[in-house]
Amino acid sequence: MYDKQIRRRRAVLALLVVISLILLTDYFGESSSSPLHSVQRGIATVLSPVQEGASTVLSPVRDAAGYVSSLFTAKSQLARVTAQKNRLTSELAVAQDIGIQDRKAAALLKLDTNYGIKSYGPVRASVIDEDPSLWYETITVDQGSGAGVSQWDPVVGPGGLIGDVTNVTSDESVVSLITSPKFSVGAEIETYSGAAGLIQPQVGDPSILELVDLPTSSNVSSGELVVTSGFQDPHAPTVESFAPPGIPIGTVSSTNPENSLLTDQQVQVTPLADLQHLSLVQILTDPHHGG
Amino acid sequence: MNKDTTLHLALRITLVAFLAVVIQETVVSQISLFDVTADVTPLVVMSIGLLAGSMAGAIAGFAIGLLVDLVLFQTLGVTSLLFITVGYWSGRLRELRDPSHGLVPMALGAVATLFTGLGMAVIQFLLGVDAPVSWLLIQQIVLQVLVNSLIALPVYELVRRLLYRALPPDPRARRRRAYTTALSPLQRPSERFGGATRARAR
Repeated sequence: MYDKQIRRRRAVLALLVVISLILLTDYFGESSSSPLHSVQRGIATVLSPVQEGASTVLSPVRDAAGYVSSLFTAKSQLARVTAQKNRLTSELAVAQDIGIQDRKAAALLKLDTNYGIKSYGPVRASVIDEDPSLWYETITVDQGSGAGVSQWDPVVGPGGLIGDVTNVTSDESVVSLITSPKFSVGAEIETYSGAAGLIQPQVGDPSILELVDLPTSSNVSSGELVVTSGFQDPHAPTVESFAPPGIPIGTVSSTNPENSLLTDQQVQVTPLADLQHLSLVQILTDPHHGG
Repeated sequence: MNKDTTLHLALRITLVAFLAVVIQETVVSQISLFDVTADVTPLVVMSIGLLAGSMAGAIAGFAIGLLVDLVLFQTLGVTSLLFITVGYWSGRLRELRDPSHGLVPMALGAVATLFTGLGMAVIQFLLGVDAPVSWLLIQQIVLQVLVNSLIALPVYELVRRLLYRALPPDPRARRRRAYTTALSPLQRPSERFGGATRARAR
């Protein structure tokens, strides 16, 4: 009896294994249009509505289990997403900074091409320090005498003239901005060649410049461009303005109503350069030999 | 075991096999835990083998494997071959060793899952399928073994409840119960010694 059971068990086992092997080899060796494949497709077609129905019925179970499952991975996912967010934020900041630098470089390039800055030996420098407590009076840039920078070299930024170099070390320079109380430079109205004067900051409002000592006959109107005059004394050629001629400074924002034919005129000028957001400037290391 | 009992058991095993495959494909396969999905089918085959014996285990393994291959459009016979082995040896373990420890289904579930995972990789490799035999595959198999081990006990208990009334009486279980519930003469010294020990103690 026991032997019979063992023999039957072994026979069934052998039969199942043989059937499996036959199915395996037949299925594997046949094309997709073979009878076995057709049977498989037929059974799958019959079972698919059952699967779909079961899937619909059991969807709450699946959702609940999925929710519980997601709890296990929520912490690691949060850490991963947070790290990804931090990385993307830093990448965005870098990209934005590159965009800003590009725009400023483009503005400088426009200055180069429109006003011939390139011939004055420009040295590009980045702003590394500024002192807001002094009303943006000075900034420090990362180029010094090692790059050919000298004291009183004019400095231009996006828009136009921003100041001059007042202190130089081997690898740094301090630039006094045009809004500094001690700053002044010869300037003229671009469209009126005779109207030359002196640019200096307005007392009490460093963000506005004044063009003073204009000839009494000047007929200046708002919106006109003010550029450096590049003044040079014809009797003493060594006496000359530190800035070459034609560098834009600002536009006339308003004229003084008290101007008369008897006294020198003065007008207010708004700087073209954004002095509060400087990051890239050019120092003109050869302002008197170019042009 | 008479014919009615056998038929009853076969019907129940068929129902369990069908439910296992449907639930596996519609629910379990869509739940990811530790980046792997559990596979209840080898656990069900193992449970049937452990509860109903090697013959029932092998037949259930063949049927469930065939159903899985049919539903998933896999090469017919591959899963059957593996599940026959799982069901048969689970049944043989019951018949030869009669394991009574509560964690046996968990250990056996882990072994069944490991065997299925490795066996599938080997068969696919032998069939010339470009299976990604890599460190990642090993990692997936190990993780699936861990996940399946976690759910092996509930699956076994569920299968046991579904098959309970149709299971044949187990003589070994009766003997085991006798020894563990003080029905054995070895547990009753007063009867063994005809009350002499107790009388002397008094």
